[in-house]
Amino acid sequence: MKIVVCVKHVPDPNHPMVVDAGTKRLVRNPAQSILDTADEYSLEVALQYTEANGGEVIALTMGPAAAEDALRRAMAMGAGRAIHIVDDAVAGSDALGTARVLAAAIRAENPELVLCAVESTDAYTGMVPGALAELLDLPQVTFARTFDLTESQVSVQRATDTGYQTIQATLPALVTVTASVGEPRYPSFKGLMAAKRKPIEAKTAADLGVDASSVGAAGAQEHVSAVTKVSEEKQGVKVTDDGTGDSVDAIVDFLKKIQVA
Amino acid sequence: MSRTVWVWTEIAGDAPHKLSLELLTLAQKLGSAEAVVLHPASDAALASIGEHGASVIHHGSDARYAEYLTEPQVATLAALIAAGAPDLILFSSTQDSRDVLARLVARLGVGVVANATDVTYDGDSIQITTPYGAETTGTVTLSSGPHLVQIRPKSFAAEATGGTAEIRPVTTAIDERTLRVKVLEQVEQASDGPNLDDASIIVSGGRGLGQPENYQLIIDLAQRLGGAPGATRAIVDAGWVPYSHQVGQTGKTVKPTVYVACGISGAIQHIAGMKGSKYIVAINSDPDAPIFDLADLGVVGNVLTIVPKLNERLAQG
Repeated sequence: MKIVVCVKHVPDPNHPMVVDAGTKRLVRNPAQSILDTADEYSLEVALQYTEANGGEVIALTMGPAAAEDALRRAMAMGAGRAIHIVDDAVAGSDALGTARVLAAAIRAENPELVLCAVESTDAYTGMVPGALAELLDLPQVTFARTFDLTESQVSVQRATDTGYQTIQATLPALVTVTASVGEPRYPSFKGLMAAKRKPIEAKTAADLGVDASSVGAAGAQEHVSAVTKVSEEKQGVKVTDDGTGDSVDAIVDFLKKIQVA
Repeated sequence: MSRTVWVWTEIAGDAPHKLSLELLTLAQKLGSAEAVVLHPASDAALASIGEHGASVIHHGSDARYAEYLTEPQVATLAALIAAGAPDLILFSSTQDSRDVLARLVARLGVGVVANATDVTYDGDSIQITTPYGAETTGTVTLSSGPHLVQIRPKSFAAEATGGTAEIRPVTTAIDERTLRVKVLEQVEQASDGPNLDDASIIVSGGRGLGQPENYQLIIDLAQRLGGAPGATRAIVDAGWVPYSHQVGQTGKTVKPTVYVACGISGAIQHIAGMKGSKYIVAINSDPDAPIFDLADLGVVGNVLTIVPKLNERLAQG
């Protein structure tokens, strides 16, 4: 089976996200960016299936040159090859623009299965996978907390507010997976070395036959008009513990003052 | 000019979903509020939607809307949009809403804003407020219509003002080819997680706890304060605690009286879910952690030293 896994190079969520005041875009510092940990789960289920049943896992991303790191990491985990859409014309794409570019790349591969995280760990909109399913005319199997794939169909437990639903679709299909599907592997040393020699195909929007005016900043229909400080910083009190837990007094006093202790 | 604002309204059990009702409050502020319900629904459920502000309910009652996900709903909704030309359609953050919305975006070829906390109009220009960056919000406009916006939970309060809606049956035929994702089984699980929605005190833990065993400190502190234990997405993803504990953009949005953040740096994902708390106490070893900007009381120090001592002190009464 041929499986395309969509991945993203995102700012490390352990560092605060900064928005550039001029471009109003997220500042992407390559040195502090990583393969989105949410993508490791879709890679894991794809690799488990192809290792047991044969087939190919292809990692796909769209992003600046530095996003190659995310693809290398995906290949270190075990993906056989990668596709990198790297093109100034796609920078600044909104959710639909991103989906249009990814859809064109996926169409050229014609896989039986497309896997995505539920949402990326930088923008958190979760809009790309569903838009991608529509553009590719695939059934949309989402929020998988378990994952059961056969040659012809996929069944998952789909997380809901109050429990789960067991849902099923016939392949080809697009599936979004949550962190509950299982612990992703850590790349082995051998995997890391092998990843350096695995092929990455670089493509532009033009290579994919995508109309440049429908993607990137030119095609974006969402425009950030202003960025404002969330709220006035609270005039809170800040104390520094001396290492022995002496700050507990301040905490207890505060809780008493607001009448919860 | 009068605007028509539709609310994609879900049915949960035998009642309208509470998040859908919140959106009707916003819809009424912006124009004439109409609900779209593509799901079997009782008269009582439809009446409740009217009482919460919908003047019209477009109701498709075909049972297959409950048996198959996303595609039949998107097909019918797109047909209703073509005929009814609403200015704005609001979606909640439930899984079903997000799935329908994401697919609809590509069907209509329009922009979308997710995770919004407010919508206003400046003349004809829509202004959508959404978290953007660690300590900033963005104001976003959408160029083409209809405008599609997904609203975060608890951004508005549901208000039963007592109106009556005109019910317009939706007769759009369901195309068999859209019936591709079938619901085989629906399992309701009794929540064994904390009741974060109603807790007036929440104690949450993050990566700063170091290892999963230390989450017990959070459970103990929550118990001593009579509150509920919460968690960041980072430690939920890492498998330390179940998803039911997650506070943040993709977890629960909470507004307790006191929120105690232990070993939490304050990623936007987390802040989005707890910044509405009345009082915030933060304990973190990094003096520059963004969480301190929100804290009424910030303690720079080691959670593994401070929280055990705090538990001891509270045990003494």
